[in-house]
Amino acid sequence: MNKKRIRVLLIDDEEEFANTLAERLELRGYDTKTAVSGEDGLNLMNGESFDIAVLDLMMPGMNGLDTLRRIKSQTPDLPVVLLTGHGSTKEGMEGMRLGAFDYLMKPLDIKDLTLKILSAVDASDGNEK
Amino acid sequence: MFKKCRIGVFLDRIYNSKKGAPEYYIVLRRIIITTMMVLTTLPLAMMIIVNHFQYRSHLRAELVSPIITMANKTKHSFELLLEARLSTVRFIATAYTYEELKDAHNIKRILSFLKNEFGGFVDLGLIGSDGILESYAGPYPLLGKNYAEQISFQETLIKGKYISNVFLGHRKFPHIVVAVQHLTDDGQTWILRATIDTDQFDNLIHSMGLESKSDAFLVDNQNVFQTNSKLYGNTLEKCPFEIPANRFDSHIVETKDPDGQNVLIASAGFRVANYTLVLVKPRSVVLQSWYALKTELFVVFAIGFTLILLTIIQITNSLVKRLRESDEKREKVMDELQHSQKLSSIGRLAAGVAHEINNPLAIINEKAGLINDLLDYSEAFKNQAKFRLLIASVLQSVDRCRTITHRLLGFAKRIDLKIEPMETNIVVKEVLGFLEREALYRKIDVRLKLFEELNTINSDKGQIQQVLLNLLTNAFAAVEDGGVIRIRTENFRVSGVRITVSDDGSGIPEDIIQHIFDPFFSTKKEKGTGLGLSISYGIIDKLGGTISVSSKVGQGSDFVITLPKTPEHSPEDEHEQEAH
Repeated sequence: MNKKRIRVLLIDDEEEFANTLAERLELRGYDTKTAVSGEDGLNLMNGESFDIAVLDLMMPGMNGLDTLRRIKSQTPDLPVVLLTGHGSTKEGMEGMRLGAFDYLMKPLDIKDLTLKILSAVDASDGNEK
Repeated sequence: MFKKCRIGVFLDRIYNSKKGAPEYYIVLRRIIITTMMVLTTLPLAMMIIVNHFQYRSHLRAELVSPIITMANKTKHSFELLLEARLSTVRFIATAYTYEELKDAHNIKRILSFLKNEFGGFVDLGLIGSDGILESYAGPYPLLGKNYAEQISFQETLIKGKYISNVFLGHRKFPHIVVAVQHLTDDGQTWILRATIDTDQFDNLIHSMGLESKSDAFLVDNQNVFQTNSKLYGNTLEKCPFEIPANRFDSHIVETKDPDGQNVLIASAGFRVANYTLVLVKPRSVVLQSWYALKTELFVVFAIGFTLILLTIIQITNSLVKRLRESDEKREKVMDELQHSQKLSSIGRLAAGVAHEINNPLAIINEKAGLINDLLDYSEAFKNQAKFRLLIASVLQSVDRCRTITHRLLGFAKRIDLKIEPMETNIVVKEVLGFLEREALYRKIDVRLKLFEELNTINSDKGQIQQVLLNLLTNAFAAVEDGGVIRIRTENFRVSGVRITVSDDGSGIPEDIIQHIFDPFFSTKKEKGTGLGLSISYGIIDKLGGTISVSSKVGQGSDFVITLPKTPEHSPEDEHEQEAH
């Protein structure tokens, strides 16, 4: 595991959810920033760099898939883990096609999320090297 | 028109009232059979009845006229015979003088001549104008007998000739008397009287050649037999029939004889004497050919009726059977339609509810999770263990809710289909891409055997993805780490596709396989997609395909999906659809 703390960008329109999850990730040693919309997230990405993005697919305004496309066009190497409350696999599948690393259903298990984050960061580190 | 309407309403009422009930079809069958029977046999019966009466009157005329002819002919023969006898006697009276006839020798010679030449003459006598028998040739000692008081004598004097009714003479043998009056030029009058036996009558009747059941005889105007009747009595007995006297034309009546038998009586009165010829024929004999025809008519009717009845019953049975089948089919389709509509609305509702609940649920999950985290990181305090238990309980409940909302969302997925051309192999690869990472972690060997020239089918890509994902998720759950999962695609029938997903996992026990496609049947706590096999089944069914499973415990399971060229039952796909 990296000595460096992993920097996570959490994009979710549900502020309560995002803040609480961010706090939990902080407790587990992740540097976490939250954004409540796609635009917000993209703005944050302009200011600093992240190791991974955790993106909710169901958002008002710019939706998850659009945000994913933008992220992938800006920083193709940034791994993205998708979250969705939607029971459909369709968006998930579409997200995967657009280059997301993996896909999780809300409500989620924090252990699943940390596992995915770690493997995604591992994978992208491997790619970089 | 009005009646027709009423029948229509009636049929409609019974058709719609108890539809589906077995009695309904019995009643319907009865009504159809009755209506058809009435419509077909009524004209037949009417025709036969009309024919019956027409033939009867026609045949009757045909059959009766020969009888009258025969009666007339025979009557004529009788009249000729009597006229001949009368002429003979008159001739003798004219040819011989009173003196010549008075000579006993002469009269005997004349009688013997008559006997030889004509036959039937019994005696011959000469009666004077005072009624005294003056000369006689014959077997009886009648000479000198006075006839003045007898009807025969008086009537001869008035009419000039006389033919008597039959009487029994001294020998108890039936006779008739023939007498003629002769007037000489000088005003003298005398009568020549001859007795004739009636053998000739019997001969004439015999010559009619009647069959055994028929009879012919003579009666006088007092209805007394003048000849022997074969069936109804002997000479001089009373005739049992009422024969109208003094009718010279032939006519025919129908009556009953003393035995109660129906008979036809033809009678013809004589002009030369008070006789009537009577011809009696049983009706059954006369109308024999009519009865034969009647029997034939009846047989034809009976055969026709039976054939019609059998045909109608046969046709009606198959008709009602078809009707019943199509009713049942229609009802089934209606049920399915209703069911899917119900599912559809339930699905939309479920999706809405699940959606709305899922977000707060995620928040609860995170908040509770955070409390748990904080408990982990904080120092021991009072009731810390209790807090832990409470939070665990909250998280457990969230988990349960998650399962439910995911199921509801999955359920809602069955609603609307989006049919488009689909490359099945690509869909399989996409779904696999989704699970690639898990396969990698768990070192599961996914072996693909995709047929390259696979048919392009029209189906709902998203739905097929869900089903495949579901099957693969199940397969992943079934196999151990390092297990093998095989996916095979091939062409199915003419233009369909078959997808087989096999695993070498734990297999499915027999008792579970039976319920595996039942809704909400689960052997494991579903945490993943929430798509049960029942939903997969519903999707595939809706897309016109089939899904089946075979499994052996300990050896693994095979799930087989077949999909048609197109889900709709369009005519060009009929052939394929039949296969399902």
